[in-house]
Amino acid sequence: MSTGCRDTPVLKQRGQREVFCGLTGIIWLHRKMQDAFFLVVGSRTCAHLLQSAAGVMIFAEPRFGTAILEEKDLAGMADANEELDREVARLLARRPDIKQLFLVGSCPSEVIKLDLARAAERLSEFHGPNVRVLNFSGSGIETTFTQGEDACLASMVPALPATPEKQLLVVGALPDVVEDQALDLLAQIGVTPVRCLPSRRVQDTPAIGPNTVFALTQPFLGDTHAALTRAGARHISAPFPFGAEGSTLWLKAIAAEFGIAPEKVDQVVAAPRARAEKAIAAAATTLRGKRIFFMPDSQLEIPLARFLTRECGMEAVEIGTPYLHTDLHGPELDLIAAGPVISEGQDVDLQLDRVREARPDLTVCGLGLANPLEAEGLATKWAIELVFTPVHFYEQAGDLAALFARPLRRHAALKRQHPNRLEAAE
Amino acid sequence: MKLAVWTYEGPPHVGAMRVATGMTGLHMVLHAPQGDTYADLLFTMIERRNHRPPVSYTTFQARDLGADTSGLFKTACKDAHARFQPQALMVAASCTAELIQDDPGGLAETMDLPVPVIALELPSYQRKENFGCDEAFLQICRVLAKPMARTERVTCNILGPTALGFRHRDDVAEITGLLSEMGIEVNVAAPMGASPADIALMGRAHFNVLLYPETAESAARWCEKELGQPFTKTIPIGANATRAFIDELRALSGSTMPVDETRMRQPWWAASVDSTYLTGKRVFLFGDGTHVMAAAKVARDEMGFEVCGMGCYNREQARPLRALAKEFGLDALITDDYLEVERAIEDAAPEMILGTQMERHIGKRLGIPCAVISAPVHVQDFPARYSPQMGFEGANVLFDTWVHPLVMGLEEHLLHMFRDDFEFHDEAGPSHHGGHAPRNDPGAPAAHAAADEGGSMPPLSAPLAQPDSPSLPDNIIWLNCAERELKKIPFFVRGKARRNTEKFALEKGLHEISVDTLYEAKAHYAR
Repeated sequence: MSTGCRDTPVLKQRGQREVFCGLTGIIWLHRKMQDAFFLVVGSRTCAHLLQSAAGVMIFAEPRFGTAILEEKDLAGMADANEELDREVARLLARRPDIKQLFLVGSCPSEVIKLDLARAAERLSEFHGPNVRVLNFSGSGIETTFTQGEDACLASMVPALPATPEKQLLVVGALPDVVEDQALDLLAQIGVTPVRCLPSRRVQDTPAIGPNTVFALTQPFLGDTHAALTRAGARHISAPFPFGAEGSTLWLKAIAAEFGIAPEKVDQVVAAPRARAEKAIAAAATTLRGKRIFFMPDSQLEIPLARFLTRECGMEAVEIGTPYLHTDLHGPELDLIAAGPVISEGQDVDLQLDRVREARPDLTVCGLGLANPLEAEGLATKWAIELVFTPVHFYEQAGDLAALFARPLRRHAALKRQHPNRLEAAE
Repeated sequence: MKLAVWTYEGPPHVGAMRVATGMTGLHMVLHAPQGDTYADLLFTMIERRNHRPPVSYTTFQARDLGADTSGLFKTACKDAHARFQPQALMVAASCTAELIQDDPGGLAETMDLPVPVIALELPSYQRKENFGCDEAFLQICRVLAKPMARTERVTCNILGPTALGFRHRDDVAEITGLLSEMGIEVNVAAPMGASPADIALMGRAHFNVLLYPETAESAARWCEKELGQPFTKTIPIGANATRAFIDELRALSGSTMPVDETRMRQPWWAASVDSTYLTGKRVFLFGDGTHVMAAAKVARDEMGFEVCGMGCYNREQARPLRALAKEFGLDALITDDYLEVERAIEDAAPEMILGTQMERHIGKRLGIPCAVISAPVHVQDFPARYSPQMGFEGANVLFDTWVHPLVMGLEEHLLHMFRDDFEFHDEAGPSHHGGHAPRNDPGAPAAHAAADEGGSMPPLSAPLAQPDSPSLPDNIIWLNCAERELKKIPFFVRGKARRNTEKFALEKGLHEISVDTLYEAKAHYAR
């Protein structure tokens, strides 16, 4: 399609990036993998981040923790590896239900070059086969927000067993209810067998081989895509399953790979698709004609802009993303009508200048920016809610649209008293 | 290396940010990797601030490490100065930047910025958030404040309030009002609300009021030494402490103006007969040292509670807290390990916890009511209403807040009498709290319950194999009739009754617990 955004020149600026690091992904990954524990090897800052990012929303008991590096670890007075072995042994003794342990690298552990890959090998030998120990980096110097999930899933790929079977692998951590819906649709269409990465429990770990094809449910899985490809699997390129259109295109691409006619997909999805369109239409009455600005955050920005512009009638002013994977995002960019600025990376002060100049009806941004923008009279949508809420596939399409409609409805409801002209605090 | 699940304090640079964010006209440049900007949300979400914290981050990434991170830092300083035009610039490194040793202070000095530069050394691998507050404010005073002529009228500075402080906003308002009633003007309240220009005028005050030793004791001591300003030692939390604080103010200021106490209702509320049921309620206190020490005295002397345990997470206050605990006949618990606090609370089996948001969570798991008295803060600790902890109104707030989680006096009696009523049964919880019935048996080990829910880290003392009672030796069993009788005891004392009975059986060398054992234990432990 020549009308899309694929050839739009990308605005790249470098400056302060107001984004989470990859450790944040642990907050949903530890809920998804119920027999896994995530042990961050890092500083007090890492522990504080996890607590703060999670604490704003949940205060449940975690299956994650931080091994906090202390002065003596850095000064070489203690052997960091021995310390780590001791903490892991203590943890696993306390938690016999843990079958997978992820050692998660952080900024300080990477700067001091603590070799967590070797530590994971050593600990796997010691605690295996009951416990599998893997490692990945969630550090801010290596990863941005959702890239933490990408790094985690990529770290699991080399450990997957081999299979010659022709199969579909659905990749990305979805809420169980959504994953079940997807599996049900695929089964009705006639796609079998289907496995998921990550699996909910270690005994359901999928195998992989040259006859494995995989579909991504999340747009931020670039490294996982590369690891699966190296392992011999083949990617089914498609738009992502957000909204009625995205869900249908995603399923049709998979069906085609399995030699199933698109008519079969249409027949299976007719009812859920009609429900989704009806639910989207309800939210679209609020969203139609409204201008939206995406700050870079979760890498969901491009697929969501496609959904909001094509199915909800919104107009995108700027679509910012922390990273633009042309391979993964290409089919999405093809569908977005030319017009919006596409930006990669960030200089937050310059980007906020653009927000203030454009005065969009809705700005999608991180938690650090939301209230300050609201105080300037600009409606916002917290980006983090988009990765914490079930938003994929048909039954959630209306909820996804409603997430964007709610701040606008709220602004309308509070119009008389919204303190959007708060005097400067200074 | 130390395993942490939840932490009481953030890293020191977050403390420095609390100082910077409270102030106006100051900008901070933090040398920090991408991701450390999460700290902004503490202020914009938890405290609902309507502005971004005045902090620029260098947000370096891996590709910058091989290149020029110090250049990145200098650019950030230059850009921050040009964009925000601050009266002073504060520079610091977060934990990762500390490792790459770029020396932000040295770099900023070479830049000839036209404003004062306050350089911080924050040892991230040794110290924590409160140290960061205290150190940042000390360095700000050292760079900006100078000795100068005193104001003609008696004035003081208020030291200690910061952004993200536990009720700092309202404490400052309350204490400012009290000072004004005594004819004492506030020269500067800092760091929160002050600009670098205000800090420069701190020397005009006759003395300082130190509200939060955690965040400003070093600055208060520096002002005493360099500016000749004595500072107050009493923390005005509770009726008695507020009166002692007023006496201290009179001595420092010479003020003889009367102070009207009539709006302080707490002493009569505590003395009135409705409060009789509070007598001897066993409370466990945990939080920052200052709030715990103040709350312990209020709990014992103004509420009639029995303090059965106390501790703090900030080692800086360990010494005075240990001394006070000794006075109470207790050993202080000094730890920042949440699991250790949970174990101590489980062992003490208090009827109420006065703690932080962490202890509120512990209380939820153990089925023990909890009121929050200290940071770390949560969005709920920033109420829209006026709700100080200090001064006369603070005393009123303490009374209300501490009594609220409890089952009220007459209700407690009715629950004893009509415990089989299908609507008014004891597991329905305090009737003024909607919707949340506590766990069925608070005596059951929380770790097990939480593990059933899908996970927590059980304390070492609670092996999962013994669902009924973690401390119960194998050779003691509860007879069915005794178990049934125990269930008739209201939930808020059941855990304690179970523990006391088991302890009693153990001491007496009994192997079976019967109904008689239960009541003998009750008589034995009667107070």
